[in-house]
Amino acid sequence: MSTATEAPASVSTAGTTGVRSWRNAIILSVVALFSLLVFALGAPGNDVTFRLSEQSDRFVLPPIVVSAPVIGWVAALAMVALAVLAVLHTRSGRKVPRWVLAVFALLFLIAFLTWVVGSARTPNVALYGLLAGSVTLAVPLIFGSLSGVLCERSGVVNIAIEGQLLFGAFAAAVAASLSGSAIVGLVAAAVAGVLVSLVLAIFSIRYVVNQVIVGVVLNVLVSGLTGFLFSAVLTEDSERWNSPPRLPVIEIPLLADIPVIGPILFAQTIVGYLMYVAVAVIYVALYHSRWGLRTRAVGEHPKAADTLGVNVNRMRFMNVLLAGVVAGIGGSFFTLVAVSGFGRDMTAGQGYIALAALIFGRWNPIGAFFAALLFGFATNLSNVLSLLGTPVPDQFLRMLPYVVTVFAVAGLVGRSRAPGASGIPYIKG
Amino acid sequence: MTPQEEKPEIPAHGRGENLTRGNAKDAARQDEVRLENAAETADGELPPPAAAATTAAPGTGPAPEAPLLQRIMTGNALVAVLSVVLSLILGGLLIAVTDPEVARASSYFFSRPQDTLGAAWSAASSAYIALFQGSVINVGGGSFTRVIYPLTQTLTVATPLICAGLGVALAFRAGLFNIGAQGQILIGATFAAWVGFTLHLPAGLHLLLVILAGMVGGAIWAGLVGVLKARTGAHEVILTIMFNYIATNLVLYFLSTPAFQRPGSTNPISPQLDATAIYPPLLGSAFRLHWGFVVAVVATVFVWWLLNRSTVGFELRAVGANPSAARTAGVSVSKGYILAMAIAGALAGLAGVAQVSGTEKVLTSGVAASFGFDAITVALLGRSSPWGTFAAGILFGAFRAGGVTMQASTGTSIDIVLVVQSLIVLFIAAPPLIRAVFRLPAPGAARTAKAGPTTPTPASTGAAA
Amino acid sequence: MKLELIGITKRFGSLVANDSIDLVVEPGQVHSLLGENGAGKSTLMNVLYGLYDPSEGEILVNDKPVTFKGPGDAMASGIGMVHQHFMLVPVFTVAENVALGNEATKAGGMLDLQETRTRIRQISDQYGFDVDPDAVVEDLPVGVQQRVEIIKALVRDAEVLILDEPTAVLTPKETDELLGIMAQLKADGKSIVFISHKLREVKAVSDVITVIRRGKVVGTADPDAPTTELASLMVGRSVSLTLDKQPATPGAVTFSVRDLTVQAANGQRVVDGLSFDVAEGEILAIAGVQGNGQTELTEAIMGLQDHVTGSISLGGDELVGRRVKDVIRAGVGFVPEDRSVEGLVGTFSVAENLILNRYDGAPFAKGLSMSQAAIARNADEKIAEYDVRTQSASAPAGTLSGGNQQKVVMAREFSRPLKLFIASQPTRGVDVGSIEFLHRRIVAERDSGTPVIIVSTELDEVLELADRIAVLYRGRLMGIVPGTVSRDVLGLMMAGMSGDEALAQAHDVQGGDL
Repeated sequence: MSTATEAPASVSTAGTTGVRSWRNAIILSVVALFSLLVFALGAPGNDVTFRLSEQSDRFVLPPIVVSAPVIGWVAALAMVALAVLAVLHTRSGRKVPRWVLAVFALLFLIAFLTWVVGSARTPNVALYGLLAGSVTLAVPLIFGSLSGVLCERSGVVNIAIEGQLLFGAFAAAVAASLSGSAIVGLVAAAVAGVLVSLVLAIFSIRYVVNQVIVGVVLNVLVSGLTGFLFSAVLTEDSERWNSPPRLPVIEIPLLADIPVIGPILFAQTIVGYLMYVAVAVIYVALYHSRWGLRTRAVGEHPKAADTLGVNVNRMRFMNVLLAGVVAGIGGSFFTLVAVSGFGRDMTAGQGYIALAALIFGRWNPIGAFFAALLFGFATNLSNVLSLLGTPVPDQFLRMLPYVVTVFAVAGLVGRSRAPGASGIPYIKG
Repeated sequence: MTPQEEKPEIPAHGRGENLTRGNAKDAARQDEVRLENAAETADGELPPPAAAATTAAPGTGPAPEAPLLQRIMTGNALVAVLSVVLSLILGGLLIAVTDPEVARASSYFFSRPQDTLGAAWSAASSAYIALFQGSVINVGGGSFTRVIYPLTQTLTVATPLICAGLGVALAFRAGLFNIGAQGQILIGATFAAWVGFTLHLPAGLHLLLVILAGMVGGAIWAGLVGVLKARTGAHEVILTIMFNYIATNLVLYFLSTPAFQRPGSTNPISPQLDATAIYPPLLGSAFRLHWGFVVAVVATVFVWWLLNRSTVGFELRAVGANPSAARTAGVSVSKGYILAMAIAGALAGLAGVAQVSGTEKVLTSGVAASFGFDAITVALLGRSSPWGTFAAGILFGAFRAGGVTMQASTGTSIDIVLVVQSLIVLFIAAPPLIRAVFRLPAPGAARTAKAGPTTPTPASTGAAA
Repeated sequence: MKLELIGITKRFGSLVANDSIDLVVEPGQVHSLLGENGAGKSTLMNVLYGLYDPSEGEILVNDKPVTFKGPGDAMASGIGMVHQHFMLVPVFTVAENVALGNEATKAGGMLDLQETRTRIRQISDQYGFDVDPDAVVEDLPVGVQQRVEIIKALVRDAEVLILDEPTAVLTPKETDELLGIMAQLKADGKSIVFISHKLREVKAVSDVITVIRRGKVVGTADPDAPTTELASLMVGRSVSLTLDKQPATPGAVTFSVRDLTVQAANGQRVVDGLSFDVAEGEILAIAGVQGNGQTELTEAIMGLQDHVTGSISLGGDELVGRRVKDVIRAGVGFVPEDRSVEGLVGTFSVAENLILNRYDGAPFAKGLSMSQAAIARNADEKIAEYDVRTQSASAPAGTLSGGNQQKVVMAREFSRPLKLFIASQPTRGVDVGSIEFLHRRIVAERDSGTPVIIVSTELDEVLELADRIAVLYRGRLMGIVPGTVSRDVLGLMMAGMSGDEALAQAHDVQGGDL
C-alpha cells in the first residue's frame, strides 16, 4: 500500500532549499496554544501521584508526586518555545529538526498525562501498571504489524492481519483445549495464520486478484467461519472445545524484580518473549541478511530482482506464509494469554490497528514496535482513566489511536514512503 | 529510478512487457494495463493485442455494447453462477461437517457410510431450504401474505445494502477503495435520527429533511476522507478504516449526551423517531418493506445516470481509470476524489436513513449492523456497476433475511452466510480458479491465467496520485 | 565467448514479436542490432537473457546448446545485460544493488558487502567509472546509474554484454564516454550486443550490424554502409530523411514566456529563468537530453505544475496560475510526452478519449447531461479523418497501437480552434508510416497560422520540424538557434554550452562524429 507516497522526483536533490513547508510549524503552534489553554490554564490545582512500584515488591521506589499546574505551565511554555523555534526555522528556509518534533511530542505526552490524571477523581495512578499494561495490550498489535512488515516489504499488501489474528486465536483455543497443552495451541495458531496467508498468497500472487480485495474479503471469511464454528461447535461443548489452559508467566529471577521495566521485559509469557525476539530477528534479518536484501528488492523493484535471478513470486509467496506464522502466534495471545477461551470476533479490529502501526512505523520493524506500543498505551490509558474517573469522555480516549493514525497517514507527523512495488502484482512477460 | 520513457517493443501498449517497476508513472501504467485487462469485457479476457486487433474480424472480443446474449456467452455470467454454486456447496459441507447428527453417524461410517452421507445431506439441505423459505417464498405459508412475506423481508434487508453498496461502487469507479461505508452509515443515521426525533414537523417535509440530513451526514464524513486524500495523499483504505472506529465511538459519545439519550434512560439508545420521520410501509402494515426500497431503486437509477451519462461521472471515471490523463485533460483530481467520496458517503447515508427511518426507528451504536462491510462485498460482486450492485444487494439481502429464518428453524448459525458471501466474492475475482474447478475451457489465450482482477478497482492509485 | 541464436521465435498470443531470428556474436566483437521502435529488438534480448521463453529456436554458447530458465542461468553462462530501463533498486546503495542475487554471506545468512565494495572499486578504477559503492542509487545521475548497471554485469564475469538503447538518456558527451567504455571492454575481449535505432552511433562502434524489422532479420550491413542505405533497410522502403515543408512565414508573436522558473517538490529549479517567444506560423523545437526540464516546461504552460514563477502569456492573457481547464479553454492544444499515461485513458473507448478534454462543452454536454449521439458522431468523423485503425469507436483506446493512440490524441487536440499547439515527443514509439502523417499534420497546423512548440529528444525530429531550436540544459536555456543549424552545434549546446560559444566552436572544428 502506498500511503502518502511522494512522487519520486527524477532529479537529484543537490544542495537546494526545499519548497518551504509551513505544515510542521503550523501544527506545532496550534498544539502548543492548545496545551497552553488546557494543560496550563486549565490545570487542576492539586498534586498528581505516579506510583512506580507496589508495596509488596522486592524493591520499592518512592512515588513521583508532581504539582499539576507546575508541570502544565512548564511543559506548555516549553512547547510554545519549540513552536517558535520551528517557525523561525521555517522562515529561514530550513527544515524543522527532528529532535524538535520528538521533544515536543514527549512534552505533550507528559503534560497530557499530568493533566488528565490530575483532573481525575483520584489523581493517583500506577505508572508501572500503565506501562506494563500497554506492552501487554501491544503484543498482538506488534505481531500483527510484523506480519504486515513481512508482506509489504516484499510487495504484498496485507489487509488480512485481522483475519490472521482471529484465526490464530481460534485455532489456539481449540487446539489447546483438545490437547490440554498451551504450547500445542501456540503451534496451531501459527498454522492457522499460515492458512489465511496461503489463501492471500494464492489469490493475490497466483490469480493476481487485487490484494486489498482479498484482504478485506478474507477478514469477512475468517470472521464468518470462526463465528459459525463457535456457535455450531464450541458453544455446544465448551468444556471440550473452548477451555484452553493459559500460558504461564515465566518470571526471570531477580531481573523481573527491577521496578517498572522488570515486569515489562522479564515477566512475560512465552508469547511476550517471542514478541521481543521476533522484532529483533526480523529487524536484523531485513536489513543485514541475504534474505532481507532480496525481500526488500522484491518489494521495491521486483523486475530488478528478477533480472538478477531472484524468483520474485516465490519470494513473495514464502514471505506471506512467514507473515502468517507471525500473525498467527500474535492471535494466540487473545486466547492463551489475555483471556481463557475464544469469543466471537474477539480481535475487535486489532488487525487494522496493527496495519496502522505498520504505516506509522514506516514499514520498519522497530518503528512498528514503537507505534504499536503507543497504540497499546492509548488503549490502556483509556482503560485506566475510566476507572479513575476523568473529565474526558471515555469514547474520546478510545478514539485516540485511530485519530493518531489518521494524523500519521495524512503525513502530519512526517511523510513515510511505502515500498515501491507494494500492492502491485508482478506479472512476468 | 529510470527517468526515461517507455518504448514498448510490442506495439500493443507494451503488453508483452507489462512488468512492475518502482516508478509512479509506471505504477499508473500498470494499473492501466490491469484495468484494461479488466475492462468492460471483464473477466480478464484480454482483448487481442493491438497488432492483431486491427486486423482481426470484429467480434473477437465482446464490445461493451455487445448484445446481452453475447455477453452471457462469453462466460462471465457462467463464472458468476458457478462461483455462487461452489460457495453454496462449500458452505453446505461446512454445515454438514459440524452437524451433530452427522458426527454421530460418522462414528460408524465404515459399517454404514450411507447414514453419514444421508445425515450430511439432510443437514445441509434443510438449512438451505430454510434459507430459501426465509428469503424468497414460504411455500407452506398458507395465506398469500405469509407466502410472499420472505421476499419482502429480503427487499427490506437489501435496501441499506444497495444504498451503501452503490456508494462503495461509485467510489471504486473513481479509483477509491471506500472501506468506510460502516462509519458513513452510522454518521448518516445519527444526523437523520436527530432530525427525526428532535424536530417536529409536518408529514412529508419531516421525512424529506430526515433523508436529506442522513445524506449530508454521510457526505461530510466521507468527504473528510476525500479532502485528506486529495490534500495529503494519505491512503483512503487506512483513512476509511480509522474513520469507521472514530464514528462508532463518536456515536457512542453522542448517545451518552442529553441531546441524544432517551429521557429517563442511561442506556446508549435514542428516543424513537417521530411517526412523520418514518418511511411509510410500501405494501401495507403487514409487511416491514418500506418506501426506503423505492428510494434505493431511485438511487440506483441516479448512480447509473451519473456514472454513464453525466459529465460528473465522466470526470470521476477518468480520475479513477487514469488520474494523470484526467489531470492533463483539465479534470481536477482532488475535486474528483472529494466529490466521489462525498457522493459515496451520501449514498451510505441513505442506508443509514433506511435503518433509522425504515426498520430500527431508533438510533443505537449498532444501527449499522454490518451493512457497511457487507456493502463492500456487494459492490465487488456487482462489479461496481449500479445495476450489478443492485442485484448483488438483493442476493445478499436474501442471504441475510433467509439466514435469520435458517438460524431460527434449523439452528444453523447465520454466520454461514458470511462464509458463503465472502467465498462468492473470492471466487468471482479469480475466474481461472473457477474454470479449473469445473474444468471449463479457458477462453482466449493461455495468458488469461495471469490476467488482472475482474472488478475495475482502484488498485494502487495512491502511488500515482 | 561465442554466442549464437538459431531460429528464435517469440509469440505473444497471436502477435509474433520475433520471427525465426538468427544471430552470431563472435568473441571480442561489437555486434549492433539496428531496428525501429517496436521491431522486436528488446524482445529478442529478453529471450537471450532468460526473461522470456522463446516459442521456438535455440541458443548456443560456445557451440553448445543452452536453455535459460531465468536470468540467473543466462548470467551463469556469461551473459550480462544493461537494460533500457535500469534495473536498479532506487533506495538501495550501489553495493546492495550489485550484490543482489549474488550475495556474499557470513554465518547465518548475514550479508557481507565488504567483498562487493572491493570489487566495485576495482572495476571502477579499471574503467575510470568513479562510482562510490555506498552512494544511494536514486541520488546518482543517470549516467552514473548506467555505469552501476555495467558494473553489475562485470562483477558477474559477463563475457557478453547486452546494451539495450543505452544512449537514449545520455548527453552527447556522456554518449562519447560510453562509446569509449565499449571500446575498452572490447579490448578486454568482451563481446557487446549494442541495440539502438540511432544510425550514427551504430556506425561509429559496430563491427557487424544486423538490421531487424517487424521481428525479422532483414539483413546485415557493414558499418561503412551509407546512412541512407541503413535507414531504408531498417524502415523497409526508401525513406526521405527530410520532410517537404515550406519555409515558415512567421506572423505576430502571440506567445511569450518570461523568466519562467519551476521548482520541483524538493526545491530544485527544474526550469530556471526561461524567456522565449513563439510567433504565429512558426515551429519552435525544444531540444535537449531527456530530463533537462522539457517536461516541466510544457507542464508549466499547461498549468500542471505547482511552484511556477514568471510569466507565460498567450495573446495577452497570463497563463501562470490558471487551472488546466482554463489553459485548455484558452486555446492551447497539448500532446503529452507519454500518451498512454497522460494523453489517454486506456480503459475508455476511443470515442470517449476523443472528447477527453471537451466532454463538458457543446455539443457533447448540455448541463450535466452528455449527448451520446454527438460523441458517436464526433468519433466517426475523427476516426475517418485521421485514419485511426480501431475495431470500433467503442473499443478501449488501450488496445490501439502506439501510432493509432497518438492519432487519437492529435485528432482530439486539433479538433478545436487552437492559439498554441504543444507536442511532446510527438512520434516516440510510433511506426514510420504514422510519423510522416503526424509530422505533416503538425506542419499543416503551423501553416494555418498557429504557433507550435515541439519538444523532442530526437535530433532528427528536431531538425526536421523546427524553424527555430531552443536547447535546454539543466533547466536553463542555452540559446535559440535557427532550424538549419548543424548537429555539432546542437550537441555542444545539449551538453551545456551557450548557443554563441557552440556556434563559434563548431565553426573552428569542422566535422565531429556526433
